[in-house]
Amino acid sequence: MEQQFPGVLSLDERDNFAGYLVPPDKLVEFATQLRDELGYNYLSSVTGVDYLPDEQMEVVYHAYRTEGGSAFVFKTQVPREDPTVPTLVGVWPGADFQEREAWDLLGIRFLGHPNLRRILMWDGFEGHPLRKDWQEVYFEEDTKPFKNRWPEGDVYRIEDKVPFGKNVQYPPEFTPEGWIPEGDEELYAGMGQISTSENGDSIKTDQIVVNLGPQHPSTHGVFRMVATLDGETVTDLKPVMGYLHRNHEQIGERNTYIMNMPYTDRLDYLASMSNNFAYALAVEKLMGIKPPERAEYIRVMMAELTRIQSHLWAIGFLLNDLGAFQTPALYAIIERELILDVFEAVSGSRMMCNYFRFGGLARDLPPGTLQTIRDLAFERLPRRVDELNAYLTDNEIVRTRTIGVGVLPAEKAVAFSAGGPVLRASGVPYDVRRAEPYGIYERFDFDVAVRYGGDVYDRYLVRVDEIRESIKIVQQAVDDIPEGEIQTGKHAYQVRVPAGEAYGRVENPKGELGFYVVSNGKPNPWRYHIRAPSFINLTALAEMCKGYKIADVVAILGSIDIVLGEVDR
Amino acid sequence: MYGIGLVKGMGITIKHFVATYVDDLRWFGRRYYNPEAFAVRQSSEAQGIFTVQYPEEKLITPEEFRYIPFLIYDELEDGTHQDRCTSCGICAKVCPPQCIWIVRSDDPETGRPVPEPTDFFIDIDICMNCGLCAEFCPFEAIRMDHDYEISTYDRLSSNIYNKEKLDRPASYYASIRPRNSAVDDAILAEKQAKKAAKEEARKQREAAKSQPSDE
Repeated sequence: MEQQFPGVLSLDERDNFAGYLVPPDKLVEFATQLRDELGYNYLSSVTGVDYLPDEQMEVVYHAYRTEGGSAFVFKTQVPREDPTVPTLVGVWPGADFQEREAWDLLGIRFLGHPNLRRILMWDGFEGHPLRKDWQEVYFEEDTKPFKNRWPEGDVYRIEDKVPFGKNVQYPPEFTPEGWIPEGDEELYAGMGQISTSENGDSIKTDQIVVNLGPQHPSTHGVFRMVATLDGETVTDLKPVMGYLHRNHEQIGERNTYIMNMPYTDRLDYLASMSNNFAYALAVEKLMGIKPPERAEYIRVMMAELTRIQSHLWAIGFLLNDLGAFQTPALYAIIERELILDVFEAVSGSRMMCNYFRFGGLARDLPPGTLQTIRDLAFERLPRRVDELNAYLTDNEIVRTRTIGVGVLPAEKAVAFSAGGPVLRASGVPYDVRRAEPYGIYERFDFDVAVRYGGDVYDRYLVRVDEIRESIKIVQQAVDDIPEGEIQTGKHAYQVRVPAGEAYGRVENPKGELGFYVVSNGKPNPWRYHIRAPSFINLTALAEMCKGYKIADVVAILGSIDIVLGEVDR
Repeated sequence: MYGIGLVKGMGITIKHFVATYVDDLRWFGRRYYNPEAFAVRQSSEAQGIFTVQYPEEKLITPEEFRYIPFLIYDELEDGTHQDRCTSCGICAKVCPPQCIWIVRSDDPETGRPVPEPTDFFIDIDICMNCGLCAEFCPFEAIRMDHDYEISTYDRLSSNIYNKEKLDRPASYYASIRPRNSAVDDAILAEKQAKKAAKEEARKQREAAKSQPSDE
């Protein structure tokens, strides 16, 4: 590689680091070549790392080929005082939201970005909260465990120390009462609701701006869409998120490695087992360990059951969004409940599973659970998926509402870094389980569900197909699961993670979920970044909605299947 | 023909509607408030409506179900209570939201730390029920409860649990988690045996030491 790009690429020579360094001024040129000549057409993850001791900011890119294979990782380093990197939105439009996030949280300025505004924090926020020298209003310590908790003991409620009203910080000379959100003007700018005539007078056109959300039942949470309408047709749409933002990544960087496991449950709370899986993979890569055979099988079973129940939920609530109020959703939830019962028996919680550990699992399957899974996988679930299929797939109202709506062509889906069912419904058979198998997925016989229409209906069909394939995988896993240990090494609360970086990714129900973890050998990760599939799938939302009716926007959003816990982090 | 899909869908809705009544007949009208029927209704055999008539009926919590930790004490033969907790602080260190505080004390006579907590606090407002404290406790002293009905009228003062509120006898633990507590009892018995053997060895050594001085 270095010979192919002399003077552009240099190997990242730090211990346990992979990939290449590219100087910022050559970045766009190199990325274009990487995409066009080497076939790395899918930019999966963009993130920044604040190397405070080196006074450096680093931007890390993970690019893939949609035919499969491992990542091409390239990085660019800029000084920390003025981190300026050219934007890659021109090469991969999918970098849009991820670069905005890096600007928002780390203060890395992407030159040439069409819309470099804050995305998760509010517009008046001062500072960049993922920077290592940023501290919140009530700052205790840099890393957990906090010293005052033990052994002296000091009992107080956090709220007594940080009373309501004093728990936010404002820029100097800022009064919250008198604040007019400037960001909204920027948000509406260029959305064409007012056009100026040549002599300077403002004349109103027939375009109007409609805010859907943040409080709207169809947005699946606190999520806002600013749509510009020409009559009923959407001419532009901007998603606004961050209402549930809690700086998950910074919490993660203060936690020890094991403490992050229950926090990952709270990302995509409909798929906590998959989140556990991805995080465990990333840290296991760093530690250089693998779980024992039995644990691998249980992991696969849990991940696939998660996919089934998450897709059931997605289908049920897509129908809710279409106006089939609650009945299909509740039929889907019946099966989901039975799967959650399995999770509860295994992990102790229905949704916040916290079941995976580095090099294994928290505990073995309790007696009888394997039989329950067997009954579900061989008897009930296949029957119920057929019933759901008969119930909805040929329904004329569903078909009229969804076929040909929200079409995302294959090349655009790839360019916008869409993942999961959204990508596969557009005719790109890209599934991490096949493209770069993790765990023991290469042993299982299953097909990658793919449809070619790219519309809402095909996204629905892909999910039905995937439920069927997941049932197949669970059946094979139940039949083949061996007896044995479930943990490699000691079950310890402090793990030694050698310095280095690792990117662990899984195909979670929403798309490619990746954890980028940088360790400096200390008990806490130096960087803990999540490539959140729901968040990145929203990059293509505007593209999908343009030209369709405002009522379709709700269906299109439902077909992406977002979970705000993961979008906002 | 247009509309066939709709009619088929309606058929399935009617099937679901009828299934509840059929199931009711199957149990001779004793579909609700009947533990036997309830267990079937919550299994993969479930037919028709399977909602739970809370609070008259409650979901059966599996053994691993976890909610708010509690501290276990053993009831000794002489009626006194002995805490299993030695206030080592591992639970407080591993707790992700850092909601555990332990107050330790020193023996006033010897000045050495007492291997028992003076007080133990858990702020259940911020406890996330992850179960890591129970998982990594080396003394089988802190375990997760099954009691999920903990709502109160006053959130400001009643949600920091102290030791008094957290303490439960070992028999309670055995009643909610029979399999787990059997495993723990085996571990404790083994530790006890090891300790006894050590004590025995120490006595013998001392005896051996004192013998030569007799000569």
